[in-house]
Amino acid sequence: MPTDPFLGELRGILPGGSLLVSEEERRPYECDGLTVFRELPRCVALPRTGAEVQALLRVCSRHGVPVVARGSGTGLSGGATPHPGGLLLSLARMNRILAIDPLLRVAHLEPGVRNLQVSEAAAAHGLYYAPDPSSQVACSIGGNVAENSGGVHCLKYGLTVHNVLGVRGFLMDGEPVEFGGTAPDAPGLDLLALSIGSEGLLMVVTEVIVRLIPRPPCVQLAMASFARVHAAGDAVAAIIGAGIIPAGLEMMDRKAAAAVEPFVAAGYDLGAAAILLVESDGTAEEVADQIADIERVLRAAGADSVRIAGSAAERLRWWSGRKNAFPAAGRLSPDYYCMDGTLPRKHVGRALEAIEAMEERYRLRCMNVFHAGDGNLHPVILFDANEPGSWERAERFGAEILELCVELGGTITGEHGVGIEKINSMCVQFTAGERAAFQAVKESFDPQHLLNPGKLIPTLARCAEYGRMHVHGGALPHPELPRF
Amino acid sequence: MTDAPEAVLEGLRERVRAAARDREPLRLRGHGSKDFYGEALEGEVLELGAYAGIIDYEPSELFIRARCGTPLSVIEATLAAQGQHLAFEPPRPGADPTLGGAVASGLSGPARLYLGAARDFVLGARLLDGHGELLAFGGNVMKNVAGFDVARLLCGSLGILGILTEVALKVLPRPRAERTVRLELPAAAALERFNRLAGQPLPLTACAWHEGQASLRIGGAEPAVEAACVQIGGEVLDAGMAEAFWRGIRDYALPHFSAATLWRISVPATTAPLPLPGAPLIDGGGAIRWYADLPAGTAVREVATAAGGTAQCWRTPARGTRSFAPLSPVALELHRRLKARFDPHGIFNPGRLVPGL
Ligand SMILES: Cc1cc2nc3c(=O)[nH]c(=O)nc-3n(C[C@H](O)[C@H](O)[C@H](O)COP(=O)(O)OP(=O)(O)OC[C@H]3O[C@@H](n4cnc5c(N)ncnc54)[C@H](O)[C@@H]3O)c2cc1C
Repeated sequence: MPTDPFLGELRGILPGGSLLVSEEERRPYECDGLTVFRELPRCVALPRTGAEVQALLRVCSRHGVPVVARGSGTGLSGGATPHPGGLLLSLARMNRILAIDPLLRVAHLEPGVRNLQVSEAAAAHGLYYAPDPSSQVACSIGGNVAENSGGVHCLKYGLTVHNVLGVRGFLMDGEPVEFGGTAPDAPGLDLLALSIGSEGLLMVVTEVIVRLIPRPPCVQLAMASFARVHAAGDAVAAIIGAGIIPAGLEMMDRKAAAAVEPFVAAGYDLGAAAILLVESDGTAEEVADQIADIERVLRAAGADSVRIAGSAAERLRWWSGRKNAFPAAGRLSPDYYCMDGTLPRKHVGRALEAIEAMEERYRLRCMNVFHAGDGNLHPVILFDANEPGSWERAERFGAEILELCVELGGTITGEHGVGIEKINSMCVQFTAGERAAFQAVKESFDPQHLLNPGKLIPTLARCAEYGRMHVHGGALPHPELPRF
Repeated sequence: MTDAPEAVLEGLRERVRAAARDREPLRLRGHGSKDFYGEALEGEVLELGAYAGIIDYEPSELFIRARCGTPLSVIEATLAAQGQHLAFEPPRPGADPTLGGAVASGLSGPARLYLGAARDFVLGARLLDGHGELLAFGGNVMKNVAGFDVARLLCGSLGILGILTEVALKVLPRPRAERTVRLELPAAAALERFNRLAGQPLPLTACAWHEGQASLRIGGAEPAVEAACVQIGGEVLDAGMAEAFWRGIRDYALPHFSAATLWRISVPATTAPLPLPGAPLIDGGGAIRWYADLPAGTAVREVATAAGGTAQCWRTPARGTRSFAPLSPVALELHRRLKARFDPHGIFNPGRLVPGL
C-alpha cells in the first residue's frame, strides 16, 4: 500500500485505534441525523486530549486538508456531514466531566460529554443544566455549543448561549483560544457569543464551562385542547400577554397527537385540532400561583378542556408524547423530514393553515409539533425516499415553509442550524451584504476556509442559482415586507 | 420639526461614506451618558440621538425594536405601561441614555448574574458598517440560529464595528412583587451566603454587600417572595429605600462610585475577599467588586488575574492608565481582523474598546 504522508503524520499523533481509514470504519460517520446527505470522509480521528486536537489541526492546516468536527452526530441540518477530502474529527472520546463546582454552580466539561450526563452529575448538588434538547440522552455539549441548541424549557431558561459561561478550543491553525469564563464580562468583543451557534466553522471546542441552576422543587403541567388551531395560537399569546412565563409551552396539532397516541397512550384528546402543554416550575408557592393563572387564561381563551396532571407519572406521560413525536413519525412513514422555522407567535395559526395547503400541493403529509412559547415550529414532513421524486418534493415543501417563516417576520432556523440543509434558504433571509459579513467573520477565524467548509454561508453563485430556480424571476414574494 | 427617520438614516449613511472616503475618524455618540466609559475618545462627534423612535413593540411577543437614538426613559415607560421591563436593568449614568449606547456599551445592572446581561436580551440589530452598508442580523424572535450571532457580538462592541442603528431586545414581565432584605454580615460571610442561596430555588434577582451590610433582592409571585424572605431572614427594607439603593448601584450613583480612582474587578462569584486595601462594594452576588481610592501602584490587575478574573479601571485622574484589561495576543489578532473587515478604513470610535483599533 502506498504511504500517504498526510496519514503518516496523523498516525504519529494518535495512538492505534484512534485513526480510522478503512471504508468499513469510516462508514458510520458518513452522515449526521439528517441522513439524506451522505459523504465518506478521507479519514476519521478520535482524539482523547486537547493536545491531540491541536496537533491534528496543525497537520491539516499545513496540508490544506478540511476538518469537520463531530459530536454525537444527532444534528438535523447536515452540520457534521463529512467533507470527502477531509478529516472527520470526532470529539466523542473527549467525554470527561472535568469538574463541578457546586458553590459557584458551574461545570467544566469536555466537548463529548452528553447533555443529560451534565444534569445527572449535578443532581447530587440539587443543580442541573437547563437547556434540554429532545436529543439530550445522545447529543454532546460541544454539538450544543456549535448549534446553540434549545429545548422545551428555553422560554424561561434560555438557549445554550444563555447557559454557557466560557469555551476553550483551537482555531484551525492550532492556535489555542479561550472566550468567556467563570468571571463575568471578559474584556473586548463578545467572541463567546459569536462562537456559540457557529456550527463548527470558527473553532474546535475542547472545553465548555456551563452554568448550573437549582432544580425547582415543584413542577406542574396543564394540558388544554382547542377546537381550532387559531384559538390555540391566541391562547399562547394570551398567556404571555398576561405576564406569565411558563417553564414550557408546547403545541401539537391533531395529526401529531394522533400519531403519538398509539405508542404512548398519553390520553390526548384526539378530537382537538390542537393541544397545548403548559408547564410551571419553581417553589410550591410560585407553581400554585402560576398554574391557577394559566388555567384561568386557557379557559378564557376558549379551551374546550383544561386538565392538570394529577401525578408526576401523568405529567411525564403527557410530555412523552410530545418528546416522541419524531420516533412516532418514523413509525408512520419510511422517512420524515423535520423543519425548524421560527415566527412571531401571533402568526402560528396562519402558518399552520398555509402548511395544510402545502400538504395538498406537494402530495405529502405533515404533522406539527412545536415550541409554541418561542414560536419555533417543527413541521415533520412524511415521505418515502424510495419513491422517485418524493424526497425532492419534501425538500421543496420544507423550503417553502421556511420562506413563509421569513415572510412572516421569523427565521429559517430556530435551533437546528443551517448546515448544508438550509444553505439555500440563507439566500432568502439575508442580503448579499449580510452574507458577506458572515464570510468576513469566517475569514477572521479561519482564513484558509478549512473548518467545516461549504456549510452555513452560501456563495454568491449559489444564491444566484437558487434565485433563478425557486424565486420566481429573482423576485421574492412580497418584496415590500421587511426581511429581518 | 424633526426629520423623518428615513432622512436621518440617509444622512448618517452619507456621513459614514464621506468619512470612509476621507479616512476621517468618527466618535459615535447617543446622549453622551457614557462619554466616561472605555478608552480613548477620538474623532469628529457623530450625534445619533436624532435617529429615534420605537419601531415595533408587541407585549405578547416579548420584544421591542427601536432606533438607536430612542431614550431609555421612553422605552422603559412604554414597557412599564404594559407591565414589562428590560430585565438586565441598563444603567443610566448621568443623562438619559439612548438604546444604542446602552447596547453598544453592553452594561447591565444588579440583576446581571440572576436574570442575564444586556447581551442575553439582544434578539436582533441593524448595523451601518464601514462601507456605509446597512446590514440586519438576528430578528425579533427568541430563537434564531441563522448565521453567526453578529447581533450579540455588537452588544458591548462600543461602536468599533459600526453604528448600531436599530436594536430588538427581549422584554419580560415585571415581577409582581419585589422585596429587599438586609443582613449585617462581614464580606466573607456575605459572599458565602450569596452563593449558597443562589444554589437554592429562590427567586433572587440581586445580591450586594456594602459597608457591612448584605442586601438581597427577591422578585416574583407574591407568595413566593414572601416565603423566600422568611427563609433568608434579615430585615425587610422599605420599598422606596430599596429602590433607591438598587438604582444607586445600577447607575453608579452611590457615594462609593464617586471616588477619584475607581476599579471594577470581576471574578468568579465565590472568590474570597481580595487581598486589596479598603472595603469594596460587592455586586453581582459576589462576582463584581468595586474598589475606591486604591493607593497608586497597587497591583490591581495582578490580583484580579490571580483570582481568575479581570480588573477594569473605571475612573482615574492618572493619565495613560488603560481602562480594560489587555487582550491575549490571539484575541487581539481576532479583534484586528474583525475590525478590518467591518470597518476597513478605521473610522468608527478608534481606540475606544481596544487601543490602536
Ligand atoms: C430526535 C432528535 C431530537 C432533537 N431535538 C432537538 C431539540 O429539541 N432542540 C435542539 O436544539 N436540537 C435538537 N436536535 C438536534 C441536535 O440534537 C442538536 O443540534 C445537537 O446540539 C447536536 O449535537 P451533536 O453532539 O449530535 O452534534 P453533531 O451533530 O455531531 O454536530 C453538530 C454541529 O456541531 C459541530 N460540532 C460538534 N462538536 C463540535 C466541537 N467540539 N467543536 C466545534 N464544532 C463542533 C459539528 O461540526 C456540526 O456542525 C434533535 C435531534 C434529534 C435527532
